[in-house]
Amino acid sequence: MTDLPTPVEAAAPEHGWRDDLRRLRGSVSFVVGAVIVLFWVGCAVFGQSLVPFDPFADDLMNSLMPPSSEHWFGTDQLGRDVFSRVIVGARDILTVAPIATLLSTILGTALGLTMGYFGGLIDEVSSRLVDAVLALPTVIVALLALTALGTSTFTVLVVIAFSFAPIIARTVRSAVLSEVSLDYVAAAELRRENTLYILFIEILPNVMPPILVETTVRLGYAIFTVATLSFIGFGIQPPSPDWGLSISANYGLIGGGFWWAVLFDCLAIASLVVGINLVADGMESTLND
Amino acid sequence: MMLALLTLWLLSVLIFLGGHLLPGNVGRAMLGPLADQAAVDVLNHEMGTDRPLLVQYLDWIAGFLTGDLGQSYAYRSPVAPFLMTALLNSAKLAAVAFVLVVPLGILGGVVAALYRGRAADRILSVVGLSATVVPEFVSGIVLILIFGIWLRWFPISATWVDGAGPLTQLYHLILPAIPLVLILFGYIARMARAGMIEALDADYTRTAVLKGLSYPKVIWRHVLRNALLPTISVIATQTVYLIGGLVVIEILFHYQGIGSLIYTAAKKKDFPMLQAGVMSIGALFALTTFLADLLYARLNPRIRFGGRE
Amino acid sequence: MTDALSFDNLGVAYRVKGKMRQVLDGVSLSIAKGEAYGLVGESGCGKSTTAFAALRYLPRNGSVNRGRILIDGQDIGLLSPTDLRHLRQFKVSMIYQDPGRALNPSLPIGRQVAEVFELAGVPRAEWPARTHDILAKVQISDPALVMQRYPHQLSGGMQQRVAIAMAIASNPTLLVLDEPTTGLDATVEAEVLDLIQHLRHELSTAILFISHNLAVIARMCDRVGVLYAGRLVEEARTEEIFRNPRHPYTAGLLRCLPQAGRSKDKAMLATIPGFLPGPGTKITGCVFAPRCALADQTCRTVEPELLRTDDRASKCHYPDRINELDHISNAAPVAAAVRNSKTILQVDGLAKSFGSGTQRQRVLRDVGLELRAGETLGLVGESGSGKTTLARCILGLLQPDQGSSLRFAGEALAGTTALRSRHQVKSIQIVFQNPDSALNRAHTVYRMLSRTIGHLVGLRGAAREARIKSLASAVRLTERHLSAVPSQLSGGLKQRVAIARAFASDPQVLICDEPTSALDVSVQAAILNLLAELQATKQVSYILISHDLGVVRYLSDRIAVMYLGQMLEIGPAEAVFSGPHHPYTAALLSSVPTLDGASTERVKLTGALPSTANLPKGCVFHTRCPRKIPGLCDHDAPPQVKLADGHVLMCHLAPEELPAADRNIPPTITLP
Repeated sequence: MTDLPTPVEAAAPEHGWRDDLRRLRGSVSFVVGAVIVLFWVGCAVFGQSLVPFDPFADDLMNSLMPPSSEHWFGTDQLGRDVFSRVIVGARDILTVAPIATLLSTILGTALGLTMGYFGGLIDEVSSRLVDAVLALPTVIVALLALTALGTSTFTVLVVIAFSFAPIIARTVRSAVLSEVSLDYVAAAELRRENTLYILFIEILPNVMPPILVETTVRLGYAIFTVATLSFIGFGIQPPSPDWGLSISANYGLIGGGFWWAVLFDCLAIASLVVGINLVADGMESTLND
Repeated sequence: MMLALLTLWLLSVLIFLGGHLLPGNVGRAMLGPLADQAAVDVLNHEMGTDRPLLVQYLDWIAGFLTGDLGQSYAYRSPVAPFLMTALLNSAKLAAVAFVLVVPLGILGGVVAALYRGRAADRILSVVGLSATVVPEFVSGIVLILIFGIWLRWFPISATWVDGAGPLTQLYHLILPAIPLVLILFGYIARMARAGMIEALDADYTRTAVLKGLSYPKVIWRHVLRNALLPTISVIATQTVYLIGGLVVIEILFHYQGIGSLIYTAAKKKDFPMLQAGVMSIGALFALTTFLADLLYARLNPRIRFGGRE
Repeated sequence: MTDALSFDNLGVAYRVKGKMRQVLDGVSLSIAKGEAYGLVGESGCGKSTTAFAALRYLPRNGSVNRGRILIDGQDIGLLSPTDLRHLRQFKVSMIYQDPGRALNPSLPIGRQVAEVFELAGVPRAEWPARTHDILAKVQISDPALVMQRYPHQLSGGMQQRVAIAMAIASNPTLLVLDEPTTGLDATVEAEVLDLIQHLRHELSTAILFISHNLAVIARMCDRVGVLYAGRLVEEARTEEIFRNPRHPYTAGLLRCLPQAGRSKDKAMLATIPGFLPGPGTKITGCVFAPRCALADQTCRTVEPELLRTDDRASKCHYPDRINELDHISNAAPVAAAVRNSKTILQVDGLAKSFGSGTQRQRVLRDVGLELRAGETLGLVGESGSGKTTLARCILGLLQPDQGSSLRFAGEALAGTTALRSRHQVKSIQIVFQNPDSALNRAHTVYRMLSRTIGHLVGLRGAAREARIKSLASAVRLTERHLSAVPSQLSGGLKQRVAIARAFASDPQVLICDEPTSALDVSVQAAILNLLAELQATKQVSYILISHDLGVVRYLSDRIAVMYLGQMLEIGPAEAVFSGPHHPYTAALLSSVPTLDGASTERVKLTGALPSTANLPKGCVFHTRCPRKIPGLCDHDAPPQVKLADGHVLMCHLAPEELPAADRNIPPTITLP
């Protein structure tokens, strides 16, 4: 037989998550973002035991002291140490936002897979519902729901999960649509695979990269939204040292020159959301090629 | 058009149900737990909140279509005049932000794409990304600190004295508009950049270059038009984000717009006001999307003229 | 006289991940004014890089790192940006592979063509008239109308005509054509090639014609160069190179092609073993040595020069020993499958439509066929003829319209896989066109095979492992390939995996939908051999869909010709090819370019393919038929004409009036 045995391929490229991770480490955005995010996660987990002062302890004798060697970021109206509060302030938001994002990813992925795979009427109806939800800014939806249900962290979580799920669903749907037209899905049907197998074992692994990126971006916006809701009094409630809450309590003082009571919290929020989005940016440019 | 209406109808149901998630007693909620039950019943009857949900919905939506937006619980007077004033004020603020951000965003995206992979591109990308994700109240406070308090260039309140001229109004609106500009800049620039890169890499651009056209003509005639089409729909959908941002900005800068109206209504549990506010935002969104679709179709020959014959 | 184009020891490299990869290495060739030069080679050999280098238009990471490119005596590497623009405006034009994408989607055709006149300094008032004239010159029948159209409103053939018009409008010295007809249907391809041929004689432009298709090159060019791994390995006059190749690679390429007189029953196709070396691979000795049957120690250590003798050149140490290859690579076929008259699959009155009302697309109408055990039925027709839809209906992936009848081994087949029995689903499988789409890129080869065997066939444990092993060895995949994911395999290996998967359930009917159209000819030959071998050993019937008539003829016992969702002709392969056959079959066959360059009178089709939403009355082919009988064909549906041996066609012509082929399709060429 002249059809010689096929020789082994020339050096095959690496594949799988190891390779992805290696390439991610080469992305400046990803590395810088990851360092920032890990710093705040560390603060959220261990901050309470590391900070120099009790973030909840009032010291009315020392209220509104400017930054000094003792109080690095100064003190607030009640004389509490701003530095300690900023460090521990990461805790609540880094609990609520990731859980809400995880919920929305699960919901959105399931919905998006269903819409993209079945198409037709299911897709039409769901798409209209998604459009309707997306027609309103999350903050407004949250205000409506929190007014109706009463203010609670749980409600914030549920509202964010439900208003982000359609966005994730839309991303997943469009990724699934381009997968469904590929022949490996037809090949699975020709193996009499059931729908769940096709959706979760055949299609899902191939749409993971956009889901991961979208989830990271959503995490950034979940933090954005929780902080904003806390700022307007509908989110995390006192006495938490949450950043948005602290800013809300103290921003009236900036006219009097007490800038340290809000500026550090502002920088904390900004650095966290920027960090998360740098991670997302690095992931997007690495995973999409 | 049909789709926009369908979306709008679904939205109205969601909003109405949202306002009635707790089928609680509106009269009781307003008068407090100590009030006389008879007084509560009278109030409920007066406001129609003792009727079946479907009747209330039909009544509400019918009123909405005829311009009767119901009675505010908090002010015991029609919602419509409050809403109109607020919408007008917010429109002014939004207009200032849009006029600033649309050209800036597109320019940023185009420049980034033309210098793809170089320093200008990286800087624009990181700046745009960062600006887009920082909450408005954070950037707002930092701006107030720097330009309102330390440098004293701009007023820290957006509310002007009655009868102020357009220029004074504009002066008051600059600072509040900047956080909104920052939020939108990244989005628009990112879309414009993606569209530009797709067009720059397209085969038709290669054709234009190999015809011997000069670079500016290639960009102007062949790239820009194809590149910016998708950006139109993005700009439309971004209006939503802008309105979401208005809530915080209007609170921060003490401005009487739709955002602070919704916020106050939410604080006071003034459901008719709240629902009318939210519904008007939905309507505005549907309208913008519809107009953007029209414009897109108008500019895109693939839609304007059907397929091949 | 200066040459229109000359490459002088040209080297081009791309920077990939910080490393320079040499894509072209020491290419020297020249094209005289008015000459047509063809450059052939398989994918990855540097053809397109050569084309774009001639216009100094390399990707951002590419650069000329050796040698010079002269156009009309000018070194284009030294041109200023303004001079480069002038060069592109007046001297060199290019025609691209994908005309639909080469035209700007948001500008009207007239505007895009007029731009060439604007650049040439023609006064604005004359643009419309000049545009009109140039469009007329490329045989567009209504230039005024086309000028107002946008690209998406034109067919692929029309789009390519417009692109050609733009390219010749400046009357360039050199025209570079990069796979200008790849992706077009055979009949459209033939028209476009006719047009280029015609214009060439009129304009006396030099041509650099780049193609992977040897027959197209043979038809269009005076001289041919063969590229392999970025090096020019052979160059000669067209008739010489095809009759008497002087490089083993050229000889190998020619032998890989399925040709008339060769069929699976008579001989296997020759293949070129091994792989193209990756770009940037360090090579000592001859680049082709690892794949060459003639190679010896000299070949592996000393790089041969491109030796020019008379008017030809070969980069081989042993150009005179090519004849010896014959003895090494002409293999006897495996024993043919036993073909009997038992019908395994029967299709009657099959119809499939999409949409409803005036938008209703009738993609298949009243299709009938029967497939016998162990035979191959070739299915040919242009794109839009419904071949793939027919395949998907048979598989149960698409539900046929009411009233259609599908029977497998005498039993009725339900419309969808879900309603079919496990045995029926197992028995009817498919090898898809594109393995990149057909294989799940997240799964390993082992997983794909084991899932099919486990889930569909129901084997477990050791039995399953044994089955995987035997399947893999049947398609000649090694243990190592089993743990790979598709992205780690070459195109040919991926198609082997797809074939292994299709055979996993021991099908009795296997649909092969363009199984080799995504592959190079040398890989194609190996896959066709494999399919022939598996058919013989597993006794399976094939339905082979292909636009390549050579492939169809090599593998098929019978052939069905489809047009606009209808079966126009079906019969034994020999009879369908030689005729008498349907006028559409005649047109299809005559549009295939011949390797010997001999031009026969082509049966020309006029007009565009009608829409399936608005099918012509009477015979569906009457709008384009050169033998149309007015008043009859456009009014009455044609009757069945029955010829010998179950050869049936639908036509109003009497059997003795039907056309017959005046040449072999695909052509025979005498190999050394």
